[in-house]
Amino acid sequence: MTLLDVRDLSVVFNRRGEKPFTAVDNVSFTVEPGQTVGLVGESGSGKSVTSLAIMGLLPKRGNKVGGEVLFDGTDLLKLRSEDMRDRRGREIGMIFQDPLSSLNPVIPIGLQVAEVLERHQGRDRRTALREARDLLDAVGIPDPSRRLKEYPHQISGGMRQRALIAIALACKPRLLIADEPTTALDVTIQAQILTLLKELVDQSGTALIMITHDLGVVAGLCDTVNVLYGGKVVETAPRHDLFAEPRHPYTHGLLSSVPRLDSPRGERLHAIRGSVSDNIPWSEGCAFAPRCDRVVDACLEGTPPLEPTARNGRLRCNNPVPVEVAV
Amino acid sequence: MSESGVGILADKKKARLEELAQASVEAGGVSLFRDALRRIRRNPVGIVGAVIVGLFLLVAILAPLIAPHDPYQTFPALTKNLSVDHIPGAQDGFPLGSDPLGRDFASRLLYGARQTLFVGVVATLIGLGIGVLLGAVAGAFGGWVDVVLMRLTDVMLALPGLLLAITLVALASKSSQWTVILAVAIVAVPIFARLLRGSMLAQRESDHVLAARALGVKESAIVLRHMLPNALTPVIVQATLTFSVSILEAAALSFLGLGDPDLNRPEWGALLGIDGQRYFEVRPELAYYPAIAIIIVALGFTLLGEAMREAIDPKNRR
Amino acid sequence: MLRVIVRRLLQMAVTLIALSALIFIWLRNLPGGPIDALLGERATPERRALLTKALGYDQPILVQYGKFMQRLVTGDFGNSIRTGEPVTAVIGRAFPATVELAVAALIIAVGLGIPLGYLAARHRGRILDNLSITATLVGISIPIFFLGYLLKDVFTQGIHWFPPSGRITTGLDNTEVTGFFVLDGLLTREFDASADALWHLILPAVTLATIPLAVIVRITRASVLDVLNEDYVRTAEAKGLRHRIIRGRHVLRNALLPVVTTIGLQTGSLLAGAVLTEKVYNWGGLGTLITDSISGGRDYPVLQAVILLAALVFVVVNLLVDLSYAIIDPRVRVR
Repeated sequence: MTLLDVRDLSVVFNRRGEKPFTAVDNVSFTVEPGQTVGLVGESGSGKSVTSLAIMGLLPKRGNKVGGEVLFDGTDLLKLRSEDMRDRRGREIGMIFQDPLSSLNPVIPIGLQVAEVLERHQGRDRRTALREARDLLDAVGIPDPSRRLKEYPHQISGGMRQRALIAIALACKPRLLIADEPTTALDVTIQAQILTLLKELVDQSGTALIMITHDLGVVAGLCDTVNVLYGGKVVETAPRHDLFAEPRHPYTHGLLSSVPRLDSPRGERLHAIRGSVSDNIPWSEGCAFAPRCDRVVDACLEGTPPLEPTARNGRLRCNNPVPVEVAV
Repeated sequence: MSESGVGILADKKKARLEELAQASVEAGGVSLFRDALRRIRRNPVGIVGAVIVGLFLLVAILAPLIAPHDPYQTFPALTKNLSVDHIPGAQDGFPLGSDPLGRDFASRLLYGARQTLFVGVVATLIGLGIGVLLGAVAGAFGGWVDVVLMRLTDVMLALPGLLLAITLVALASKSSQWTVILAVAIVAVPIFARLLRGSMLAQRESDHVLAARALGVKESAIVLRHMLPNALTPVIVQATLTFSVSILEAAALSFLGLGDPDLNRPEWGALLGIDGQRYFEVRPELAYYPAIAIIIVALGFTLLGEAMREAIDPKNRR
Repeated sequence: MLRVIVRRLLQMAVTLIALSALIFIWLRNLPGGPIDALLGERATPERRALLTKALGYDQPILVQYGKFMQRLVTGDFGNSIRTGEPVTAVIGRAFPATVELAVAALIIAVGLGIPLGYLAARHRGRILDNLSITATLVGISIPIFFLGYLLKDVFTQGIHWFPPSGRITTGLDNTEVTGFFVLDGLLTREFDASADALWHLILPAVTLATIPLAVIVRITRASVLDVLNEDYVRTAEAKGLRHRIIRGRHVLRNALLPVVTTIGLQTGSLLAGAVLTEKVYNWGGLGTLITDSISGGRDYPVLQAVILLAALVFVVVNLLVDLSYAIIDPRVRVR
């Protein structure tokens, strides 16, 4: 059975004195058990809000959430907050972008790991700390016994993110959501963390949703990729297909703008013109139209619908990149 | 791409871009100050504060026009029933009745706005003036000048505000309105000094100062024309809060018998602290009205100050 | 760490010495100075000269100051001009009264302030929050002595819920041990005395607590709001932890740090407020002592001593607060 089935998820923010803002607009995707799914997009594309909505971590007021989020058949959006609280940390884990600010600065790391075990698996403090030690070891933190008593500011950024991964996976959840986990880290550490994540999810069979703006991250990790733009899914494809033959002009543009070692010298970098802020107030027509090279009349009249493609993907475009065009 | 496609897109796009340009202009300029003013206007707390302060200033300025009588004059209509146990209340021509000496209480209250304004403003300005000077010097010169001046402020801060004011007034052999004003002013000095010094120190390392120095601008010009103006807004915020504190401290000093000995002056703090307490059982209004006046004005300045502080806080910029 | 403590202690000592020097110099050189206070303004020049010599005021200022410091160190603060008693005795009586009052006020301010501030932050924008904000703003704008009189009027004259003045009903037999009447009653098992003292304590303590309470509520609220926006609270929620644990271990543990500093500063407010409150309620503590030493001729020895004592207490408390910050915030404590 599909582990996570997000159906027509929408999130509208209502701030006082401002127009309602649709951050997530009818987003749908699925995650199978053990699968790694990517959510790709720039900032403002709605990817983080989507993950927060799935976890039930949006603020209680100031927003309206619609649609369904079926986790193992249960709609998480309809759960009472206490029931959702039970599932968080135990069935679904999450890690965030900035490891330093994501850890409580005034309590030792060991306790921050142990408390998840105490909460969801009824361990007492001593047992929990012992297991915490093992978990820290499993994520590759050297000298874990000493680390248990240390505070977040005493360890390095990479170690902090490892600790957070240990925390998220402590109760062996079936789904892990990672929201830009490497963005705040040094490039060399990034690779280590991604390798670690891949190993851990492969070993434990945990499904992973990887949220990122970095295509390199996606290429190494994800089975299926969903590309988001302006709060909507614009393309979904299996990894190989997406990179070999991107259909949506946005995806195509993203991939073309990645500089390559083997491109001819002197060739100009390709960039998608305009910027994301050009599109946010745009109320009719395709959100990407102002920046699109392939725009046609139909694009200005209404949002194109998301339609399945021949090769098990989805596409939201009136004038997609033809299949023959190589990247 | 068809021809018409380009055409339609071009027009729509142009219209769209114009829309966006317009919106960004309306969103206001980049200036922190204008941004702040905009936010104050939207902040109801700040508006209430500003209204109160405005009304207070109006009353103070227009007192001679609004007051029904001369606040220093006694009237037979009031004195004829006057005694230690009975102070006449509201009657014809005297909307708030009499004060303990047979003067029109309403007029005294209205003129009191002037006195209170005077005490508050002068004390704040003196405190601000000295404090800013000390802080600017300490921050600009650094080194031992800084150390000495900071030890000085430490001494001033070794006592809580009111106690320091009491000490200062006590050390003057006779109290007068000026001892009160000076005492309250001196209490405020270390706060402004620290504020300025902090601002100076923070700016000494900042890019715009380094740039000016690199361009060879003279140190004194840097301090005067680049650093001081940036410290201005927090100083203004602090000044409104200091005003509030000043009138409360002045009232406390009057209560303790350390205030202005000239009982003719209808300053609100004196009205509350002296007549108000002495005749509280006989006629509590003599205390209530000046107290309410003080509370409202102190509140008004505090609200305004708080709203301004929030407005200039860069954390609040979107 | 030790270096920091020593440095702060030295700073403190320097400040206090400077303060005492200033007070000393000022007092000696005033026209309405100690000579006048002792002899009255109409004393003849000869009597003044005699007294000046007797008191050693004709010696160079530095010598005088030296002697002054010498006596200070041995605990000799001279005798009260008003009553002739040694200053230490006078202060010894008044000090516990003020401390008892201040501690009671602090308990009220902190005990009510922190929960209220937390609740206001949690229910931000709703009724409790708005009420709290308004109430605290008014609270810091009220002249304390007016509030004292108001409360006194309402609760002791109209309704006789509380006694109007003093620390204990006259005639009630109470043995003094520490000078803290409520405590003494408990220690000597004179529970009626303890209860009576407590009854007398309530109204003044509430009056004095008003400003610190308002400030603590505001700071707690602001601090909790800041912390609630922090990423680690989001992490705690993502872990599915129970509300109670998040509140205690993650939110409050961080939010209370600035509140602790505030409590130190509020001691100043308490000292200053005590002067006013004690006058309203005839409390007989340091505040009453200060006002008595000023009105009707300045009682310099007492005044000097009380001010220095107040400064000492204030500075020491602030030092303790700063040091405690180092203990409770691991980022400061552990390098």
